[in-house]
Amino acid sequence: MDLLNAVVALSNFVLIPAIAYGSQLALGALGVTLIYGILRFSNFAHGDTMAFGTMATILITWGFQTAGISAGPLPTALLALPFGIAICAGLMLFTDRAVYKFYRAQKAKPVIFVIVSLGVMFIMNGLVRFIIGPNDQRFADGERFIVSVRTFKAMTGLDEGLAIKTTQGITVVTAIIVVAALFYFLNRTRTGKSMRAYSDNEDLALLSGINPERVVMVTWLIVAALATIAGVLYGLDKSFKPFVYFQLLLPIFAAAIVGGLGSPIGAIAGGFTIAFSEVMITYAWKKVANYALPDSLAPDGLAQLLSTDYKFAVSFVILLIVLLFRPTGLFAGKSV
Amino acid sequence: MSDTTRNIAYFGMVAFLIIATGFIQSWNAALFVLNFGLISAIMALGVNLQWGFAGLFNVGIMGFVALGGLATVLISMDPVGEAWAAGGVRVILSLILGAATIVGAILAYGALPKGQVRNIGMIAILVIGFFVYRAVFDGGVAAVEAVNPANAGYLGGLGLPVLLAWPVGGLLAAGAAWIIGKTALGLRSDYLAIATLGIAEIIIAVLKNEDWLARGVKNVVGLPRPAPYEIDLQNDPAFVERVAGLGLDPVTASTLWVKLIYAGLFAAVLIGLFLLAQRALHSPWGRMMRAIRDNEVAAEAMGKDVTARHLQVFVLGSAICGIAGAMMTTLDGQLTPGTYQPLRFTFLVWVMVIVGGSGSNLGSVLGGFLIWWLWVMVEPMGLGLMNLITAGMSEGYWLRDHLLDSAAHMRLLTMGLVLLLVLRFSPRGLIPEK
Repeated sequence: MDLLNAVVALSNFVLIPAIAYGSQLALGALGVTLIYGILRFSNFAHGDTMAFGTMATILITWGFQTAGISAGPLPTALLALPFGIAICAGLMLFTDRAVYKFYRAQKAKPVIFVIVSLGVMFIMNGLVRFIIGPNDQRFADGERFIVSVRTFKAMTGLDEGLAIKTTQGITVVTAIIVVAALFYFLNRTRTGKSMRAYSDNEDLALLSGINPERVVMVTWLIVAALATIAGVLYGLDKSFKPFVYFQLLLPIFAAAIVGGLGSPIGAIAGGFTIAFSEVMITYAWKKVANYALPDSLAPDGLAQLLSTDYKFAVSFVILLIVLLFRPTGLFAGKSV
Repeated sequence: MSDTTRNIAYFGMVAFLIIATGFIQSWNAALFVLNFGLISAIMALGVNLQWGFAGLFNVGIMGFVALGGLATVLISMDPVGEAWAAGGVRVILSLILGAATIVGAILAYGALPKGQVRNIGMIAILVIGFFVYRAVFDGGVAAVEAVNPANAGYLGGLGLPVLLAWPVGGLLAAGAAWIIGKTALGLRSDYLAIATLGIAEIIIAVLKNEDWLARGVKNVVGLPRPAPYEIDLQNDPAFVERVAGLGLDPVTASTLWVKLIYAGLFAAVLIGLFLLAQRALHSPWGRMMRAIRDNEVAAEAMGKDVTARHLQVFVLGSAICGIAGAMMTTLDGQLTPGTYQPLRFTFLVWVMVIVGGSGSNLGSVLGGFLIWWLWVMVEPMGLGLMNLITAGMSEGYWLRDHLLDSAAHMRLLTMGLVLLLVLRFSPRGLIPEK
């Protein structure tokens, strides 16, 4: 029985990683949900958009690192982030002009847009692999900690250590700032309001004189920013690998659907739901249980519900449950 | 130009491309393209059934293909007697328990009145069932995997002829498709897409991690073959004499002969499935499917059960992908779960269907061959292009090395470009639906 140690172990292995991962998923899901709300299709290229934005940021980070520019205690990547966003936004606007605009003018069915986005996904995936290669890239200029295990133990005298990586702290802070800015933009500014109006009722919005091309352009810019930020935060926290970003599509979509497609607040709730379930179900609870339970009840095995290889299964099962019992998601999104 | 001459021209072009590959590279390479082209054509037929006939958006093809591959192992490998004795029964028992838990929960959901009691009851059944299942399952798995882990460590198969695995692969895929269809069909089309994307990843995760089933990433190698082994042919005096008459050396001749046998088998399956798909398309059932695809509301008003028909065609299409998956694993002679990539097995098949012409069976077959040929050939062509671009650069210049290394990634770029160009300028594909 050692409740304090149990709490520390729980925070170290479950809560902190899940909060960081949840923020990353929430930012990704916000991008998916915005495209769904405004452009009305599920964008399969979103994972690769994240990879592209991250790649641009990484290349600029490397440039800064060789040039000796650094951000002090913060990762250099944060300095490079605005440039990465700009490059990603440029690509998004180009893609929209060259590809999606044609189908919008035709008023093509949503599923045609989805297939088109598959083509875009292929090209972006190829582009990223072509430029930076398919391998793991680290760009976080070394591991740095806000609280390291040793200082924490020295400070509290507990057996269990607690570590908070700088990247985890930055993830959460950035996510909060970005989400606050996004909600301010959507709810308070004229452009944001016109976007919401367009999302609610396209014809009415057109009648009120809202320029659809402008709304679409602003959406792509925001999506590029969200995708790049989500991708860079994920890459800083773990590492950058194009294929992993492609696979992130599944938890991100699951988060957006669980929250309710088209609902920004739902995307955030969905992101954290998925992240917490994934981490908690694939975590081996033995350590926490050993501290929290009396010796006689302590588990023999790892007390792990599912092996970490099945983390996709967790997002999938949650998705199925929501689809079966509440098809519009937690926060009623659009049910077209 | 009439449709028939156009189609003949297209397939003549495919034949020319394959034969040209034979002359320029080697006949082994040409037969490799042909065999995988046949398999790709079958996959494209299956997807066309779902997308072209019924407008269902399935992005989990990889999962069904992998299930077909699993069927090959489960049918054709010899059973591992020791493993069965050690824990096989226990594993099977636990799986039955797991299935019983889910069925029990579903029955309880139907039987109990709506409200707290039902929720708590269902959760209780699922949680208790899960722990009982894990308790039985874990011990069994540990016992099975401990049996001779270097060569076996799994339950093995049934030791039946490998050709039987093809229909069984279809059945396995059909079963999985039924479960997904039951939950995700009838909801929005995007949901089916996400659900299939998810189930495909899960099937691959299961294949990679459940060593007791098919050895996971340790791979099952040496699957029985429906064709003779090359080495036996080379040691067979009658064969050597016959090929000597043709002026070929026995080693090349034996590899070509084996590939030709596979090609014959695959072609027979493709022709059979193609004829069936054609019959289905031109039957009242096919017309009903297209009517549902073009206007669900109208079809429903005419008394058609849209969800049930969608489920039917989804299961059928997935079964065809399962058959193709079993054939592919048979051709490879091994099951390697690590090689299943969604870009290669799901999205490439989509490119085939769209380029060939959605809704047209002949188009899917054409797309299967054409896109597969392109997929194989883009790499050498990309390398050639890069050699040309970098010809003027000096040896060891970083951009030169980078471009040459990256030539392999030209594939994805090309496929995306082909897909977008076809969608834009010829959205109905090379052989449009009539």
